[in-house]
Amino acid sequence: MTNISKKELVVSAIENGTVIDHIPADQVLMVLGILGLNNHKDEILVGMNLSSKKYGKKGIIKVRNKYFEQKDLNKIALVAPYATLIEIKNYEVINKKNVEIPDNIEKILKCINPNCITNKETIDTKFKVIEKESLKIQCHYCEKTMSNIRFAE
Amino acid sequence: MVNLKGKNLVSISDYNKEEYLEILRIASEFENNPKQELLCDKVIASIFFEPSTRTRLSFESAASMLGAKVIGFSNPAATSQSKGESLHDTIKMLSSYSDLIVMRNPIEGSARYASEVASVPFINAGDGANQHPTQCMLDLYSILKTQGTLENLNITMVGDLKYGRTVHSLVQAMCNFNATFHFVSPEELKMPSSIKRNIKDANLKYSQYTDINEIISFSDIIYMTRVQRERFSDPLEYEKVKDSCILRAENLKGCKDNMRILHPLPRVNEIATDVDQTIHAYYFQQAQNGVYVRQALMAAILGVK
Repeated sequence: MTNISKKELVVSAIENGTVIDHIPADQVLMVLGILGLNNHKDEILVGMNLSSKKYGKKGIIKVRNKYFEQKDLNKIALVAPYATLIEIKNYEVINKKNVEIPDNIEKILKCINPNCITNKETIDTKFKVIEKESLKIQCHYCEKTMSNIRFAE
Repeated sequence: MVNLKGKNLVSISDYNKEEYLEILRIASEFENNPKQELLCDKVIASIFFEPSTRTRLSFESAASMLGAKVIGFSNPAATSQSKGESLHDTIKMLSSYSDLIVMRNPIEGSARYASEVASVPFINAGDGANQHPTQCMLDLYSILKTQGTLENLNITMVGDLKYGRTVHSLVQAMCNFNATFHFVSPEELKMPSSIKRNIKDANLKYSQYTDINEIISFSDIIYMTRVQRERFSDPLEYEKVKDSCILRAENLKGCKDNMRILHPLPRVNEIATDVDQTIHAYYFQQAQNGVYVRQALMAAILGVK
């Protein structure tokens, strides 16, 4: 513990769980929502507008006693493409991962086509990612391609 | 061996090249012998949530010629949808009343959704501005019939290429047959980049024009579509370009003898009536081909062909 710098202690260390680091400063609440952490019962530590050498300002989320599946974590790549994920056990880092934009995105996005069936009936949305770099997606239902993503409320 | 039994048709890309050719082969059989009572014990649900003349009547005519019973509606005001029933519930119910569902619905994506809810095979007869795959199948059949092949053709598409669902589907389908595409449209109604990307992905070529006369002599097929006034934000712009996409008999001098003109109909003024008298006009036969293609689809999907 003695090696941990002051900066890292702004948000205190966790014994077991996941640290999601390098989240864009303005996307922290969005990441919480995408991962469904709004209803998480255990402790969550959130840091916003922390200084980052690489990114200027960043956000960080530490979720106690929770590990995620890679496919769930990949969902946050839509808003936090450079996020890093650190899994902790007994205060030790046991795994480090990066996020990757998934091939398919379900439920979390809204189709921008107002005449799409997903905006008319209660249906979970599904999108295929057709270009990862520029984030171009196609609605599974109305087949419209779009590059401006919108999250479901 | 191509087997289409039980396979839904929602989008033209749901089928591959071999499957297109199988449908066209069966359609040709029906053209030679249209009345084959192969579906006497089947019930086809034909549900049209918006008005349609050609598509609905040709589906119902095709079903009747196959001996099937047709149930359904062409006026949703007379159904429980008007009482607020969801599409999900309507399709669930119809699945237990029929062997195959044919649906037109103005809401985009409704067809894909309905196909996932239905427990019987499903054919999309048009979902808003999205897909109209049976129109595309009959376009392919018309091209094959008039040119003797689908391979290596020069396909010219004219008019509203931005919003026209028929031209989008036809490009996707013809990408399987080494076509070269020529697009003629006003600036505001150019072919969308997503469709042009399909052409590039298939390593094929396309070129774009604003005047139809530039490309008539190279074309094997000219596929005309309507340019609608309401698509233009500026009415003056419409007035300026509306005549650039009109085909008249005098434009056809110098075209290939075997060139044929297709149109999904209804036409307004984009094909002058003097073209009807030329050997190049094929749009009325094209509409007739719709019956054989829809017979082929229903017979193949219900496993009797």
